[in-house]
Amino acid sequence: MKVKGEFFKSPKDIPQEEELSSGAPLCAGCGGLTTLRLVHKVLGEKVVIVNAAGCMTLMATYPYSPIRSSWLYTTMGSVAAGAQGIRDALDIRRAKGELQEQDDMKVLVLAGDGSTYDMGLSATSAAIHRGLDFWYLCYDNEAYGNTGFQMSSSSPFASRTTTSPIGKEEPEGTFQEKKDMFEIWRAQKPPYIATVSSHEVVDLAEKVHRSLAMKGPKLFLALAVCPTGWGFDPRMGDELAHLAIKTGVWPLKEAVGGVVRHTVIPSRFLPVEEYLRPQLRFRHLFEPKPHTQALQAIQQRVDHYWDQVRKVEGGIKPTKLKEGKH
Amino acid sequence: MVRKMLTGNAAAAWGARLANIDYVPAFPITPQTEIIESLAEWFADGTLSGKFVTMDSEHSMITAAGAAATTGVRTFTATSSQGLIYAMEALYTVSGWRVPFVLVNVSRGLSSPITLGPDHNDVLAARDTGFIQIHVETCQEVLDSVLMAFRIAEDSRVSLPTLVNLDGFFLSFTREPVEMPDADLVQKFLPTFRPHHPVFKGTQSVAQGVAVLDGAAYSYFRYQMHRAVENALEVHEEVAEEFYRLFGRRYGVLEEYRMEDAEIVLVMAGSFSTKGKAAVNRWREQGRKVGLVRLRVIRPQPAAALARLLTGRKAVGVIDQNISPGLGGILYQEVAGTVASARERPPVMRSFIGGLGGKDISQAEFDRVLEVLDEAKPGDGPVPCELLFTDAEYQQVRTALSVAGKPLGGKAP
Repeated sequence: MKVKGEFFKSPKDIPQEEELSSGAPLCAGCGGLTTLRLVHKVLGEKVVIVNAAGCMTLMATYPYSPIRSSWLYTTMGSVAAGAQGIRDALDIRRAKGELQEQDDMKVLVLAGDGSTYDMGLSATSAAIHRGLDFWYLCYDNEAYGNTGFQMSSSSPFASRTTTSPIGKEEPEGTFQEKKDMFEIWRAQKPPYIATVSSHEVVDLAEKVHRSLAMKGPKLFLALAVCPTGWGFDPRMGDELAHLAIKTGVWPLKEAVGGVVRHTVIPSRFLPVEEYLRPQLRFRHLFEPKPHTQALQAIQQRVDHYWDQVRKVEGGIKPTKLKEGKH
Repeated sequence: MVRKMLTGNAAAAWGARLANIDYVPAFPITPQTEIIESLAEWFADGTLSGKFVTMDSEHSMITAAGAAATTGVRTFTATSSQGLIYAMEALYTVSGWRVPFVLVNVSRGLSSPITLGPDHNDVLAARDTGFIQIHVETCQEVLDSVLMAFRIAEDSRVSLPTLVNLDGFFLSFTREPVEMPDADLVQKFLPTFRPHHPVFKGTQSVAQGVAVLDGAAYSYFRYQMHRAVENALEVHEEVAEEFYRLFGRRYGVLEEYRMEDAEIVLVMAGSFSTKGKAAVNRWREQGRKVGLVRLRVIRPQPAAALARLLTGRKAVGVIDQNISPGLGGILYQEVAGTVASARERPPVMRSFIGGLGGKDISQAEFDRVLEVLDEAKPGDGPVPCELLFTDAEYQQVRTALSVAGKPLGGKAP
């Protein structure tokens, strides 16, 4: 099931104009970059990107920048405060008549999960609290990718990172659960929150477009497939992004004024193993022998999530598990 | 002419008000809070227009200040002690953006142990950030320096944030008569902010704070910042001259006090310089040729002026209201380093630590300083810094230690 788009029916409806040029010095197959490209197309050219330390910081490397809009690199912990300063200053200059309407800009925070889930959360929570009018795009690759893939509080249970390695004392690697950033934001009642995927481009464009008319904090939480960190061939990037949706691991949803609805619901859920198996960070769950307990736990969490969704929203078919997989 | 009795905090707030600031990102911390409370009130009642916003930390506050300045509005903020340290990463970050705003720091000793009284370890920890630093002695100087700071920061030869430092309690909460500059004259001295740097706006693409990954380009930008901070010396002199012409008060990068024939020189910074001047007056009455140099602009360091004032003197004692554990006084190192290569450098230089956490520097301690400088012989160094402490204070601490169940052995001296 896909929620029917009001503004975008097919990928052809997405603006042709590119706000990012090719040649960005990021990894081949970076899901975060694809997501930014799509989000930016819908936001348009008049954007100032406020960046937190992370992979994307390397996008603007002196003297080059692949961005047609504007850019401010801040810090890892205060990116939302940077957005606050710019938004406030733009408003002040508008009010004073120093800045014409065509010179106004959208303020877009661009941050990874390390900044979003960990160090920058306090500053972001404060910006939401202040009702700051901005867009926040988190490219979530579920670890500190730029430093070589260390555990963040977004790293999912049983994923391997370089600081949650596999050992006989820690057979799962990461034993913590991924923070639920969508719900953390929702608790503060911003006007718009959405999860997006670089695979579901129409859904993504539709959501960004829906947010354009809304004033206040707007979150876009994107699962950013990460070939180098997750350990897969860059060619597989889109397929993996699709598998995250088809297995129910990455639910696509939005919350308008706090009311949640799921926008893309697989007609039939694939077992989570389909998504986990191709990734090196989950290889220990399959080799040398299957880590059944962990795999079951992951599946159960996904099933439980959708059971809850079904109770609230209805109309979702139950997960069909292939026999003998667990 | 209008005179008001103002605390140092009120003087700082009035400086910002007269500068007609557009934007204040704020965060409370003792003993600074009164500054942002005053500003919040003036924004609330419409005296000031623009925006006052309470941030979530000093780290966020400085980031927002820098981002707003980058976008082209006149920005002011204030902090103190732990707040300045908490903001440290952001201080370096925003100075690299090369945009002007003014930050007032109300000095307070650093934790731990946590304390409230002033010393200069907080502000001197920020000495390498690229911020211009002005240290003031009186409430009048607080207000005047805030106005001057905007002029210096916004000058295209500088284009850097500027910090004005005043001591907690001794200035922040002490009322002094302050001459209020006429608002029309201030407008003349400090016209509406017209940014020299490219600002964010929809019709132009600006990339700020981009990564610079090669050492040569990185060094280039760091050297450029160094030169810009150095330029602030010249700019300060021009601004001070104009300030004097309009308002009749003159400020140098250094203040000389009874230096004309001084053989022995005390070097100090901040409000405790007033205590130093009192000691100088007392010694002068006794026929001693002693003078005092107050360090006002600390970044850029006015090296030539300092060397000119200190060369040819018999002895120089630097009283640091800060301590670099294992080294001693921070400003002593700076002063000694500055005159090291000068011809006729003072044959005797000594370092003293006093006034930590707002501890008084008593007459007896000043006399001890003079005694050390009198007795010192050229070439008898290196001599470790002298830690100033009175018998009465030692007694007081002994009592506290006893109460805490950790009595000191032996007898009090």
